[in-house]
Amino acid sequence: MIAALICVISLAVLLQFFVSYSRSIIAAYRKSELSEQVCEVAGIEGQRVTSEQFGRLVQLVRLCPQRGDDSTDLQVIGIYYRMMGLLRSTARTLAPRITAWAERESVDCAYFLAVALDRRIAYSRDLLAQQMSDR
Amino acid sequence: MLGPFDYVVNVLGFLAEVYLVVRLCVSKNSLRYFSLSIYMLAAGTVTVGGIFVLRHFGISSPMYQYFYYYTDALLTISLFFVIMSFYQQVFQQMGVGRYVRSASVLLLSATALFSYLVVRQNTDHLTSRFVVEMGQNLYFVGVVLTYLLWGAIVKLRETRTRLIQLVLALGIFFSADAATYAMRNLFPGLQMSFLKFIPPLVGLFLPLAWAYTFTKIPEDARLETSRVVAPRMAAHQHS
Repeated sequence: MIAALICVISLAVLLQFFVSYSRSIIAAYRKSELSEQVCEVAGIEGQRVTSEQFGRLVQLVRLCPQRGDDSTDLQVIGIYYRMMGLLRSTARTLAPRITAWAERESVDCAYFLAVALDRRIAYSRDLLAQQMSDR
Repeated sequence: MLGPFDYVVNVLGFLAEVYLVVRLCVSKNSLRYFSLSIYMLAAGTVTVGGIFVLRHFGISSPMYQYFYYYTDALLTISLFFVIMSFYQQVFQQMGVGRYVRSASVLLLSATALFSYLVVRQNTDHLTSRFVVEMGQNLYFVGVVLTYLLWGAIVKLRETRTRLIQLVLALGIFFSADAATYAMRNLFPGLQMSFLKFIPPLVGLFLPLAWAYTFTKIPEDARLETSRVVAPRMAAHQHS
């Protein structure tokens, strides 16, 4: 009985902490503006990222050399995006407000990826410039 | 014997723990985050010690089982001190540091007394079921303490991004471990199939998340808690 209670409470708290943690990571990235280059590469119009662009952005991020400091964040946000996708599909008919909220969160996840891609492109450029100057 | 999964998790965890200790020392933050540094140092030592015990006695030996569960309990108790240091940081401006210190001493005494009573009652059968129950209870105390701390952060509109992320990562760690231990207690059969993978992964997540926070989030970075809290809590905060 006690174990069941602890299990239920812990899972509920885990969900709440995970949502807040993911949102804290996204909020830190949300302050960054996207460069023209990343908008062009990812097909983003006027800094407006859509949730459907998430998959494409994941592929583009994977193509770029790693900066080595964002892989944990990318995994956390990947799980969060899938969670929101599940919520959108299950709550679509029952709770439109929850669906709208999940959609906004998914857009934020995609924006996070766009910023990560932007940073990786800038990193690759610096790396290339460094190599050129070394020669 | 250890598989590739165990080696990768142990090595990554150890590297992240060492990195954190070094990072805190180099940035002259080790005094500010003293209990966190001590915890990371202890966790790193336990990782190395665990591999040593495992290689000498084997994974199914009682020696390794006792080492694993009792060092886990000690590390969990040492994490309570980390939580208390976060409480002190949150309530710093209110000048209630003395009360927080008293509460932490009281909490440690209560935990020690509780553990002593439980161990005394179970000296004849310090079995795996007992250690699982103890782990579950200790982690659940951690969940409660972290949740109360998070509630205080939201209520006081704490804006320090670093502190927010440190507390949230700790909350994920405690709640995931408490849920895993409780599930193990409820369904022992699930242990071998997938539950055994969760504690090492969560144990790896904590130093990695904290390493990220100390590396990427500057001390003066600020974040509105209303942007972070889950929707239901946000509604409470606005009301």
